[in-house]
Amino acid sequence: MQASTRVEYDYSVVKAFTFTTILFGIIGMLIGVILSFQMAFPSLNNLAGEYRTFGRMRPLHTNGVAFGFALSGIFASWYYISQRVLKVSLRESPFLMKIAKLHFALYFITILLAVVTLILGISSGKEYAELAWPLDLLVVVWWVLWGVSIFGLIGIRRERTLYISIWYFIAAFLAVSALYIFNAMAIPTALFSGYGDFMHSVSMYAGTNDALVEWWFGHNAVGFVFTVPLVGMIYYFLPKESGQYIYSYKLSIVSFWGLVFVYVWAGGHHLLYSTVPDWIQTMGSVMSVLLILPSWGSAINMFLTMKGEWQQLQTSPLIKLMIMASTFYMLSTIEGPIQSIKSVNAIAHFTDWIPGHVHDGALGWVAFMVMAALFHMAPRIFKKEIYSRSLIETQFWLQTIGIVLYFSSMWIAGITQGMMWRAYDEYGSLVYSFIDTVNVLSPYFTIRAIGGLLYMIGFFMFAWNMYKTVTAGRELEKESPNASPIAAR
Amino acid sequence: MFHWLEQRPFFFAVGVFLVFSFAGIVEIIPNFAKQAQPLVGTKPYTVLELAGKNLYIKENCNSCHSQMIRPFKSETDRYGMYSLSGEYAYDRPFLWGSKRTGPDLMRVGNYRTTDWHEHHMLDPAGTVSGSIMPKYGHMFSNIVEIDNAYGEAVTVKKVFNTPYDYDIDGDGAVDVPLGSYEEAKAHAFSQAKEIVADMKSESVKDAIVNGEIPEIVAIIAYMNSLK
Repeated sequence: MQASTRVEYDYSVVKAFTFTTILFGIIGMLIGVILSFQMAFPSLNNLAGEYRTFGRMRPLHTNGVAFGFALSGIFASWYYISQRVLKVSLRESPFLMKIAKLHFALYFITILLAVVTLILGISSGKEYAELAWPLDLLVVVWWVLWGVSIFGLIGIRRERTLYISIWYFIAAFLAVSALYIFNAMAIPTALFSGYGDFMHSVSMYAGTNDALVEWWFGHNAVGFVFTVPLVGMIYYFLPKESGQYIYSYKLSIVSFWGLVFVYVWAGGHHLLYSTVPDWIQTMGSVMSVLLILPSWGSAINMFLTMKGEWQQLQTSPLIKLMIMASTFYMLSTIEGPIQSIKSVNAIAHFTDWIPGHVHDGALGWVAFMVMAALFHMAPRIFKKEIYSRSLIETQFWLQTIGIVLYFSSMWIAGITQGMMWRAYDEYGSLVYSFIDTVNVLSPYFTIRAIGGLLYMIGFFMFAWNMYKTVTAGRELEKESPNASPIAAR
Repeated sequence: MFHWLEQRPFFFAVGVFLVFSFAGIVEIIPNFAKQAQPLVGTKPYTVLELAGKNLYIKENCNSCHSQMIRPFKSETDRYGMYSLSGEYAYDRPFLWGSKRTGPDLMRVGNYRTTDWHEHHMLDPAGTVSGSIMPKYGHMFSNIVEIDNAYGEAVTVKKVFNTPYDYDIDGDGAVDVPLGSYEEAKAHAFSQAKEIVADMKSESVKDAIVNGEIPEIVAIIAYMNSLK
């Protein structure tokens, strides 16, 4: 521990990414709430002409929360955790400091450009990979910069053994590099033919092949952006905040290598009963079920880390956030495999159960973990006490209720619609026309929108709490080794 | 072994990359090239249809509509013959979608008409009572430039040998002509005129006369091509 007292960590880039986490969180969630109300009350679609239809705004929501909010939180955590577990400060290397700052600047510019181009409808048409080719190139540049930062900091480290969190960040970096580049392969048509818009491109793959590459990417973008770095984060923040050792090193090894191996196969479960080869569908299904093992391995390791210290759930709202995040991680990693079983998927696919599942993970696991990470880092990077304890408590319950409303309504909506689509009467004809199966969903859409709204209000409380911490929090003289200091107001 | 790896970042990273890559290699290499071969008779999109397809992407129709009919009786009864891989051979990108907020459109050209689409895009709830689809009135006034679609067609023809200007079915005639930009534009207009003949909107008819193609015409051309 001597080294840590000597090293002066540099948090300038952490602060910058903390800011964008909150900014893009607010924008992304606000758009999400608008979208959910549009589904319940469709007249909200045409309030601002063509720019506010569901179709135009949906990529803004998905890209905003995934690559704006969550990724910012991941980068903030990386620049914080890496310095501490590698026992090296960014200040020691002016080169890496510049790289980190450039990483932030290019990232921020890309996301802002993404907002503009997506609202204009400039899209590649591939889900979660909608950005136009020049933006894809920008993404590659700052992703490589992040890689330089990762391996650069590792290169000058004082702590020889790489801590578990670092494993996960390395995996996220490598996997997303490969996924993103292969999926985004396209030919800019204007450059090639001399006709049309500069931003327009055509995919290198056609039809079934394109689908295969897209869901190999799409599923693993979820895996290696939304899961892998987040697991790395909880492996650092939970033991730090609670003062407990990680329960099992062996379990962490099995979970890590298991996850990296199994996750990639699971993309096939997005393509069940489609025109991709049967064996890929079956592998997707089988591997998805197998994925329970490494996912639950990490989550159980987290729960067992709290062994004997469960009273901290009462005393520390941050522990509560992280344990709830782990719980939702377990829920969504059992729900996903269930949906991947072919006979269940026959009903669930194309229905609202799927966005319901995504939001279990995104709201319950990813966003809870990101907020807990930001709360843990705030007193250490700003040297201020967290502004309000009661705000965190209220936020926690509002958001938890929001998530429950969200996924329970989407369970019901999805299964209802899936069953109605396949209902036959005694004469062998379909019972319901398509619109019947839409109209029946209206109350569930409303409940979901209210759930989303509650969650967003909770997020605003989080943002306000962070803002007040920076501007009005009590100054801290020395850093707390474990439980983050929170003012009792 | 693991402890050894954890002290050597280079080998650790190589290990992660190998373990990660395994699935992608096994899934993609064996028959990637074969999967997207066209069926006998599958034809590429005309320039106007391609312009419509680009509008479909621009408006992100695929976030609510699928183009993938699964091999279940309940789907074939509702939407028609289940999808075959070769039918998608000219779809770059694929537009299967992942959510059916609205119905599947894989074969919408078989059972909806130009006239129906015109009403429906203008006022979905007035056409299908209870519809939650947004109105697309702006497609009646926005003009589509065919340059983008032409550039795309030229690109896929040269790079992927997509059979434009080619006798696909062997009847001695070119099936989907492309030609020079002027020829392509002339083809697009003649196809647009056929569609507009079945439409009611006077402003759309006027636009065609004035040498402009409103977006609605291109999107209907694309919808009608989905069979």
